[in-house]
Parts: sequence; C-alpha cells; structure tokens
Amino acid sequence: MTQTDQRDAQASIEAGVARSRAGFATRLRGLLGGSPDADAWEEVEETLISADMGAELAVGVVARARARRDVIPEMAVRYELLELFAHRDAVPWPRKPAPGVPAVVLVVGVNGTGKTTTIGKLAHRFASRGARVLLAAGDTFRAAAIDQLRIWAQRVDVPLVAHAANADPSAVVYDAMDAAVARGTDVVIVDTAGRLHTKSNLMEELSKIRRTIAKRIPEAQPEVLFVLDATTGQNGLTQARAFHESAGLTGIALTKLDSTARGGVAFSIEQALGIPVLFVGVGERMEDLLDFRPDDFVAALFG
Amino acid sequence: MFDALSDRLRDALGKLTGRGRITEADVEVAMREVRLALLEADVNYRVVKDFVARVRERAIGAEILANVNAGQMVIKIVGDELTAVLGAGDRTFRLTGSPAVVMLVGLQGSGKTTSAAKLARHVVRLGRQPMLVAADPYRPAAVDQLRTLGKGLEIPVWSSPPGTAVLDIARAGIAEAKRIGRDVLILDTAGRLTVDETLMEEIRVLGGALQPSETLLVVDAMVGQESVTVAEAFREAVSITGLILTKVDGDARGGAALSISAVSGVPVKFLGTGERTDALEPFHADRLAGRILGMGDVLTLVERAQETFDEKQSEQLAQKLRKNAFTLDDFLEQMQQLKKMGPLGSIMEMIPGMGGAAKQAQQAVDRGDLTRVEAIIRSMTRHERQEPAVLNASRRRRIARGSGTSLPEVNRLIKQFGEMQRMMRQFSGGGRMPAIPGLRRR
Repeated sequence: MTQTDQRDAQASIEAGVARSRAGFATRLRGLLGGSPDADAWEEVEETLISADMGAELAVGVVARARARRDVIPEMAVRYELLELFAHRDAVPWPRKPAPGVPAVVLVVGVNGTGKTTTIGKLAHRFASRGARVLLAAGDTFRAAAIDQLRIWAQRVDVPLVAHAANADPSAVVYDAMDAAVARGTDVVIVDTAGRLHTKSNLMEELSKIRRTIAKRIPEAQPEVLFVLDATTGQNGLTQARAFHESAGLTGIALTKLDSTARGGVAFSIEQALGIPVLFVGVGERMEDLLDFRPDDFVAALFG
Repeated sequence: MFDALSDRLRDALGKLTGRGRITEADVEVAMREVRLALLEADVNYRVVKDFVARVRERAIGAEILANVNAGQMVIKIVGDELTAVLGAGDRTFRLTGSPAVVMLVGLQGSGKTTSAAKLARHVVRLGRQPMLVAADPYRPAAVDQLRTLGKGLEIPVWSSPPGTAVLDIARAGIAEAKRIGRDVLILDTAGRLTVDETLMEEIRVLGGALQPSETLLVVDAMVGQESVTVAEAFREAVSITGLILTKVDGDARGGAALSISAVSGVPVKFLGTGERTDALEPFHADRLAGRILGMGDVLTLVERAQETFDEKQSEQLAQKLRKNAFTLDDFLEQMQQLKKMGPLGSIMEMIPGMGGAAKQAQQAVDRGDLTRVEAIIRSMTRHERQEPAVLNASRRRRIARGSGTSLPEVNRLIKQFGEMQRMMRQFSGGGRMPAIPGLRRR
C-alpha cells in the first residue's frame, strides 16, 4: 500500500469503529436516560454482556448500579464499571532493575493474539524514548515467526537475537541475555510461541524460559506481558489464569481494539486476578499502541 | 471444548430428573441455568434469548408425555434444538470448476494460514491435487509461513512479488495451477477487520471475480459476543459457504459456532483441533450436540481409528493375540499407532464419561511419558523384548541407565506390560473388550 492508501485505510477503519461504537453507546445512553424501568435495566445488562463482560459480572454491576441513589443511573453504571479496575500505582513499566542490568519483558499469549506485532510496537515505543532495545526471537515453532520479528526489528531499527527454526527457545533467551549485558541494552523484549493454555508441556516451557532469565541475570525482575485479543470471549479469563500460574503475569496488552469488539473480558481479568491492562493495540502501524486508561475505556462504552 | 457447557447443562437439567412431570416452575429454574450456561459459553445474547424461548415453549407444551422422566424430556428437547441449529445448511465440501477455488477469509489471528495447509492435506486425501496461493501481501512473513507449511506437505505454493494486487496474485495462481496440472486452488487471504472498508472491498472483488466453489470463514473458537457481527460483515462482502472453527483443542466453549449458525444459517464444515497439519476434522452437528449434552462422540472416534490403524497390522496383531505371543515390541508398535491417532485427549473426550480422564492422559502425553516408555523399550535387548521374564534386577538397572530413566519407571512399565498381556489373553479368549487400565469410568 502507498502512504495515501494507508492513510485512507486508517480513516476508513476509524469511521467504521466510530459507527459501531456509536450504536452501542446510543443504546446504553438511551436506556439509562431518565429513570430506567426493570426492562431497561435488563437491556443494560444485555448490552454489557454483548461487550463480553460476562453474564455474572454484568448482573453484579447492574444490581449495584440500580441500588445507588447518589448519582444518576448513567454515572452509577460508569462508577461501578471503574470500580472493577485494579488501583494502579504510578511505577514505570518495565521496571529498571539496577544500573547496568537490562529490563526484561517476556511476551506471552495464545496463538494469533498479536504478540509479534505488539513486540514491534513496544520496541518502537521504548526506542523512540531513547532506550537501547534488543529483541529475542523466542518463537521458534510457528513457521516464519522469526522472519516476522526480523522484519519488525528492521523497521524499528533495533538488534535481534535469533536461532534457527525449531531451536530451544530457552537457548535463544540465554543468548539474548548475554548479548543484552554485553551491549549495555536497556530493555530486552522476548517473543514466545503462541500456545494454548491447556497444553501443560508448553506452559511448562514458559516457566523454563523464566528460569533461564533468572539464571543468566539474577537481578532481573522480568515483566511478563499477556497479549489478549479483544475479540476473545469468556475464555480470556481462563487463559489469563493459566498463564499467570506458569509465568507470573505483570501486565496485559489488549489488542485489536480497532475492531468492533469491546474487550469486556478485561474487566473480568482485572477483577479476578488484579493484573492491570497496560496497553491497547489499535492498528497495524508501529505507533498504534496506546496506554490503557480505565476512564477512557469506560467512557468509550458510553460514546 | 464444550465440556463446561455440558456439565452445566447436566447440572441444570439434573434438577428435573426423577419427577414424573414437568411443571412450569421447574422449567423456569432450568431455563435460567441454560441461559447463564450459554452466555458463559460465549453464545451471542440474542441467540440465547431465542434459543431459551424455543426450548421453554416446547418444554411446557402438550407434547410432554406423562410417563417420561421430565429431565430426560428437557435434555432431549435441548439436544434436538442444538442439533437443529448446528445442523442448519448444507455441509458438503464442494470442489467444482477447474481448478476448483477454495477461498479462506477471516479476522487476523483466527488461523487462516494453518487452516489452509490443513485443508490442502485434506484435499489430497480426497484424491485431488491442491495448490496453495499466498494472497496475503500485508502481514510480514505471511508468505514465508505458507511456504514452510507447503514444503512440509510437498504441496506447491504460489506467491507473487510484493506489491502485486491480490486479484492478480489469484489469477496468476490459477494460470500456474492449470499449467502444472493442479485441480484445487486454496487461497489464503490476509486477515482483515470487518470495519476496514478498503480490505473488505478487496475480498468482495476477489469473490466476485473468482466465484470460488467454497468460501470458508475461519473463526477462532475463543471469540466472544462479536462472532455474529463478524460473520454478518463477511457475509455482506462475500457469499460464505461454511465455517472452519479453529483452536477447538483449547478449552473455549465455542459458542461462536452456535451463534453464527443460528443467525446466518452458515454451517460449520471443519474443526481445527491442533497445530499439526493433520488436525482438521469434519463437523457433525448431531455428534457435537451430543457432546454438548455429554453423550460422547463415539462415532468420530471409530472413524478416526479406522483411518489410522493399518488393516494388515491389525490382522497380524490379532494372530499374535490368538497365539498368545504379544511382546514388548508389539506393545511399542501399539503405542506408536495410538500416537498417530492424534492427541490422546481429543480421542478420549469422544468416549462417553471420559472427559476428566482425557485431560489427565493428555497431560501424561504432554509430559513425554510415552517418549520415556519408548526409550525404555528401545534400551532392551531383542531377547528381553521377546521374553520379559528374563528381566532381573541387574538387567533392569542397566536399562534404566541406558534409557536415561529410573529403576522405578522401568519396573512400572514391566508391570503395566504384564497387566496388558493378561488383558489381551482375556480379550483373545472371546471375552468382552476390556477397559483400558488406569481409566475408571464415571
């Protein structure tokens, strides 16, 4: 695509999303205007469910919002939704362990959520703020995954450590840690193969990668970023739980929010596990990774 | 994948079991549970509403026979409705035209490229000659991914230089297929957002020009409430002939299949059940509805076993069983056959009442237990494999060292083999099919 095509494409996506969101928001506002009756409240519940919030959570939010007398119904629902997000401390992410020690970001998730693309965007984000970034091609399984990451490394202009296809990912990680220390890298971002959280051997492999990082750089406090596709339904919570158990998640990136999906499962995950959603992916360009702000996210539901 | 849904439905409907007649109040309680279960399974909320209304209407109706167990009656109605919804439409996989064109479309990350390779393999099994066409010029390395998969399957992959328009890629692919005598063209298109009007227009043009004999929408089983919106948007651009539901080997409950079938009437044609290129299964509505209700899916199991097990080998095995000459070599061969059948878990899930055991067994396979068993047997001498009775303590220690395992593991295997031999004797003695040791029925 040429540059103009790309701008056109971007504009067409934004228009499409705006239309889809407008319909949703109009419905929600319409229902909550004035004093909603029982049917209207039930429809609010369904609208939240249609955003993939999950039936149980939606029922709870609506029940609590209905009971509130201090604010108008729309604000009551907004406040109750905001309550579901973990309280965030203003710490830098990734944490910088100590002078001379690189920060490590391990990126995990099921197949097809957009891990490699998110890594490209993260690399751009850190590099454009002056950090020396190194990428590690830990997805040695999927055909051409290494090539995909290499293309991103070239685009963002950061070095890449890669082995041949089907190599042991832990070996790649080990070499990447060595390279990072030798080069005085600030942030190492490690790609991993997508894996279904039900495959215990593959989940064990993640724990091993973590151990490898700890062995090579004991002071490293790796950040583990869970990449979640916003179109995912209630299975997202099950996924997050399993990945948290084997890899110890410290943050979530919610991708493909430029689609019609609203990513409501993020509410369930923060609520259940207290792992903050940190980033949202909203496009294919390297700038299309934004900070997640709960207020904006909830406000977006209301247009 | 549908495990939790079936459990939940059984719980809900179990409350109705054991009574002579269904009251309206009973149905209300059950329907509330059915509603929640379906919503949690990511079935679209509008579909849930309709579905529950239909089941309720039929359950409280006159068709309820006084002598039938009320719970069974409701389970049957839910099952019928599930089958009706999932079974809508024609599930024939059509390959017409020369070459026949099969186009895959879907969102990013739904599994199109992997599915394209699996489908190519399926087409080979049907006795046709497929060619893969990489029509994704956008995602970095998408073409390489398809090339690698095609190489593994020894199926040609057509691609064009970067910058080529997608329709030109497809047309050149068709010309090439004709030239090299390939009669099925599988077109892997780029993942796209339904709100991206430029890219949606691209497949509209592609579909209009090529008139594919199959246009399959690839849908991730983990997709939530948006499944219906997504399917409808794709249907507006191209005429979708079926769905491939992917990542079914996870534990997502796959409400997307039910939702899309209910709203669009587009039938599910294939299930993607693993990362390997042979992990593609045809879809059967009645079987899946049965699986949702926890009735197992024995038919699929039987079919898969028939395909995998070599008849000649089976005959030889039967001979050995009759002669009582089953050795550790045969044991090893059996295990390799079992591995060929695919993920053990997905086999046992199909057997009624084995959902839980399936998970455990799959974990054993994942942990590499089967590999260890192989190592142990391969560390034995020929004589030892033929006559395990000679395995004394010193031989066993040698085997443990040689195979990189431990003495208890070797002991356990030899004991298991003894049990299996005993079981085989019963079997060959004309008895009933024995239970697999270590797997209790619920």
